[in-house]
Amino acid sequence: MAHLTEGVEGLRSIPALLARNVSQFGSSPAYREKEYGIWQSWTWAETAKEIEALALGLLNLGVEEGDFIAIIGRNRPYLYWSMVAAQSVGAIPVPLYQDAVAEEMEYVLDHCGARFAIVSDQEQVDKVIEIQDDLHQFEHMIYLDPRGLRKYDHRRLHEFSHVQDQGRAARDEFTAELEARIAKLDYDSTCVMLYTSGTTGKPKGVVLSNRNIIETAKSSSEFDHLKVDDEVLAYLPMAWVGDFIFSIGQAYWSGFCVNCPESPETMMTDLREIAPSYYFAPPRVFETQLTQIMIRMEDSGAFKKKVFDYFMEHARKVGPSILDGESVSTFDRLKYRLGEMMVYGPLKNALGFSKVRVGYTAGEAIGPEIFDFYRSLGINLKQLYGQTEASVFITQQPDGEVRSDTVGVPSPGVEIRIAENGEVFYRSPGVFVEYYKNADSTADTKDAEGWVATGDAGFIEESSGHLRIIDRAKDVGTMADGAMFAPKYVENKLKFYPNILEAVVFGAERDRCTAFINIDLTAVGNWAERNNIAYASYQELAGHPQVLETIQGHIEEVNASVAQDEMLSGCQVHRFLVLHKELDADDGELTRTRKVRRKIIGEKFEDLVNALYDGSPSVYTETEVTYEDGRKGKIKATLEIRDAKVVSVPSRQMAAE
Amino acid sequence: MKDTEGYVTADGRQIGGTLMEMKNITLRFGGVVAIQDISFDIREGEVRAIIGPNGAGKSSMLNVISGFYTPSEGEVWYKGSKRPPMKPFEVARQGVARTFQNIALFEGMTVLDNVMTGRLTHMNAGLASQALWWGKARTEEMENREKVERVIDFLEIQNIRKTPVGRLPYGLKKRVELARALAAEPSLLLLDEPMAGMNVEEKEDMSRFVLDVNDEFGTTICLIEHDMGVVMDLSDRVVVMDYGKKIGDGTPDEVRNNQDVIDAYLGVSHD
Repeated sequence: MAHLTEGVEGLRSIPALLARNVSQFGSSPAYREKEYGIWQSWTWAETAKEIEALALGLLNLGVEEGDFIAIIGRNRPYLYWSMVAAQSVGAIPVPLYQDAVAEEMEYVLDHCGARFAIVSDQEQVDKVIEIQDDLHQFEHMIYLDPRGLRKYDHRRLHEFSHVQDQGRAARDEFTAELEARIAKLDYDSTCVMLYTSGTTGKPKGVVLSNRNIIETAKSSSEFDHLKVDDEVLAYLPMAWVGDFIFSIGQAYWSGFCVNCPESPETMMTDLREIAPSYYFAPPRVFETQLTQIMIRMEDSGAFKKKVFDYFMEHARKVGPSILDGESVSTFDRLKYRLGEMMVYGPLKNALGFSKVRVGYTAGEAIGPEIFDFYRSLGINLKQLYGQTEASVFITQQPDGEVRSDTVGVPSPGVEIRIAENGEVFYRSPGVFVEYYKNADSTADTKDAEGWVATGDAGFIEESSGHLRIIDRAKDVGTMADGAMFAPKYVENKLKFYPNILEAVVFGAERDRCTAFINIDLTAVGNWAERNNIAYASYQELAGHPQVLETIQGHIEEVNASVAQDEMLSGCQVHRFLVLHKELDADDGELTRTRKVRRKIIGEKFEDLVNALYDGSPSVYTETEVTYEDGRKGKIKATLEIRDAKVVSVPSRQMAAE
Repeated sequence: MKDTEGYVTADGRQIGGTLMEMKNITLRFGGVVAIQDISFDIREGEVRAIIGPNGAGKSSMLNVISGFYTPSEGEVWYKGSKRPPMKPFEVARQGVARTFQNIALFEGMTVLDNVMTGRLTHMNAGLASQALWWGKARTEEMENREKVERVIDFLEIQNIRKTPVGRLPYGLKKRVELARALAAEPSLLLLDEPMAGMNVEEKEDMSRFVLDVNDEFGTTICLIEHDMGVVMDLSDRVVVMDYGKKIGDGTPDEVRNNQDVIDAYLGVSHD
């Protein structure tokens, strides 16, 4: 794609890229959206006209340079155009999460001082109207779908198409101004401002410049050889940095087509119809799809099920190797090809993955079985590690070097440094400018040399040069012998087993690790039913010897896998017990988003933790619980404590005893 | 309220002149008198409800309006002229569409095909053209499909477009019925218990769609409903029936305070 990089000097803003796309691929599709049952499409030339009309309309409404324009709604071409139109007039687009409640929106709109908002429909209009009285700087709102809005007060409310019409009518008046404003945009102008969801405290506005976005888009497009004829499906929230990079940054850099689904409910059908060649989804989406496939296969006829099982086993054996271009015997290759015809091809077609050339997952750890399942089908699913502050890309996996437990090598242009305490730092052209109106946080996160702290602990694997993320940096500790202790790393491995719902691993400042396990009542209950094991309560099932046996098996497998890891081999679980109650947010053991509160659990079940370390074979305990109606009660139980086999690691004698 | 200029509703909507007028309607089945000398009007753009206890004759009234029953006595005036006895399909051609109390969809057909049947009154290509999918039949189907797609979009049923109706839950089937009635682009839409058997959420959805239809397309709506809360919230004027007679007629507030209506609904002691 040499011609793409030729003009890079002049391509210092998204509107400049748009102009380049019009001249180079004017008649290729830029956007598609399914509406009224048909895929409507816009070429780059048509897109430019739409954006120009809207930009003129915005000038007509009085948008000044440096104004913030909030953009709220689901993925629709009109809203993507709004972002580029905002940039064209020198304003800064601020996409917001459409499911945010009015108060959350109020904070953001007030913080950035938005004068304008472009929203999708009545629902969003209502939310903004609810809060606009408290936003003294707020002026005009533009909406897409007029349904239900006929009788609203239209003094400060405008229909999208009317704004465009007015823009077209005022073309002579404003064209010179528009051109002047576009010409002023350079690499340091703000491209977009994105609010981070903010797990701690208020959301922060991350300011990303044209340099951040375009440099990142350029290098990541080259990394995966994205081309003008690639297709993506835009269905992830527009306020999320990933969607901005994929659907604006890379799309404008490479000139590929962004497809918008008809409605959130039709996403899966639309995915199948479009068959994207470049696809992104969080692990949850892949998990749900896999579960659906498996349930439907259970319901299919015996013959089909047999064929499916037979070829899937073969795929699991050789699929990933074939994908990675490793040597596989001719017979296996032929058999895989037969499987492609009978099972994999139709399955991929049903999922909408027939044409996926590059697929990414990120956000959280993905189960190795899930990951391998898709890869064995020949889908090039990879992992990446990123942040809003990095314009997404920190590391990503190159083709042919894909594994479920690493997040890949540093993306082009990114430098990685691991601090003393294991925290990962990075520096790249994508590093954000600042947190808007928050110099303190900016200074805390980004140092003078441009290094940014991720808040995650990890290490670079020596053999492959890949980064591996272990845990949130603040959770990582050391064991008594000084070895690294990363509880979440082990817990995640345990939780990949369907039988295990939650796991809490102890071991900070101790000589070895132990664990509490919560069984998954659905999965284990299902198993009990099939094996005619009667049980009356969670507690009874959790204490069943066969259940303990199964869990022990899982833990030993995890130990074996942890032992492979030179740095974390000390984290093998030596002893465990299965808790007599489910960890519950009502009892303060989990957060409302189901994250384990390690410290509180450690204090509450101190007797159990002590028993794990003093070698006793069982322990009697009483635990106070809160029922759903608020009453309190006590659960009494005698829990069996089991020893799990650990793999001794020669270099760390102490950890393995 | 007998003027033909119409009136303005509490929420500021302009209601037009009389669209349909029932004059002294009586309906007998042999010796049974289902409807006895009832008169009322339906004005352009309003949401008109007919309520009453079980067996009051509401559905019979709706069937008279839709042309399924011919009244034994009395006249039906529609768009300023007296309507002669007609077959239901002729009434439909005049712009009256309806939904049914017991869902009457084609279970084996997809949602899209079901809604397309609502366009039948607007299609008139010949058999040969239809069979060959050529010429007029083709243009006609494309035009009608577009109209149908707009209705599907309006009622937010895009995700079940290709699903056979038999596989849908009850609440959605009701919505598909509404879609089919809307596809006919009616001047008057008759809804026979649109919320019957629905849960609260489905009722809320349906209420919103009824109001949106009225608001967006200006369609006049006449509905029968048991759920008093729904009726009072949705409708501009209400006719109350009991034992085949009209016992009340007016705005929801007027009707709510009408002693005869209270007696009919709560019962009255005969001492």
